Amino acid sequence: MTKNTVHDWLNEHGDYLYRFALARLRDPHQAEDAVQETMLAAIKNNSFEGNSSARTWLTGILKHKIIDLQRKKIREQPISDLIDLDASDASMDDFFDNSGQWLDKPQTLDMPENALEQKQFLSILSSCMDKLPAKLAAIFTMRDVQETDNEVICKELNITATNAWVMLYRARMGLRKCLEINWITG
Amino acid sequence: MKLMITCKQASQIISQSLDKPLSRSERIKLKFHLFICKACTRFNQQLRMLSDALKRIRRDTENDNTIRLPVEAKIRILNTIKSKDHSQP
Repeated sequence: MTKNTVHDWLNEHGDYLYRFALARLRDPHQAEDAVQETMLAAIKNNSFEGNSSARTWLTGILKHKIIDLQRKKIREQPISDLIDLDASDASMDDFFDNSGQWLDKPQTLDMPENALEQKQFLSILSSCMDKLPAKLAAIFTMRDVQETDNEVICKELNITATNAWVMLYRARMGLRKCLEINWITG
Repeated sequence: MKLMITCKQASQIISQSLDKPLSRSERIKLKFHLFICKACTRFNQQLRMLSDALKRIRRDTENDNTIRLPVEAKIRILNTIKSKDHSQP
């Protein structure tokens, strides 16, 4: 019976759940893992009561599984990365002079206009994210791609709000610089 | 209240504005700074553009009906669940 249910869930909602996960994790293998974990959790604690649709219920589980995967990714980080991030904001010296002025003034970036440009933009952005320390890339993905609440991020990653802002700031500073170099500037 | 802030401070407030509501004093300082600083105005646009583009791309992926859970993935998932089912009495 259980098997049939999972079979039905996958047939009816599998594509939707997979897209939902892929849009947030940007990695096909991780998206598949997230769907699988969702199915396992769904059978294990079958609390579905039919008040909401099965899809809404499964999506709710999936959201937690996506955060779990992100957290795992962050925990797998080498310790040195974490120490680096707790240090003073010396890395920001690359962007500003001693008086707090921009070393390189930001340029105008053009929005991706069509499907092709979006695809190019995403691939440039992905390679820019790969250049960030993984922890920064992960928190940036949680906040700006998944639109996770700041409070949830802090709770899940066990960091303070100030830590989160500093990390997001560094991630954004690094990404915008990388995009400015690699994407079309007006 | 000191009204003048540096570009470095302005960039930090701009980033925070994406994550929390700014305090009144932060808002005033930032508004004043952006009024006189073209570089930070661009930085503000860049961060908003980045965040908008990511949300748009995410939504497009979510709504792209051509993206489907691969059949092999479906089989893998069903097999995993079957094996876990057997292991539990």
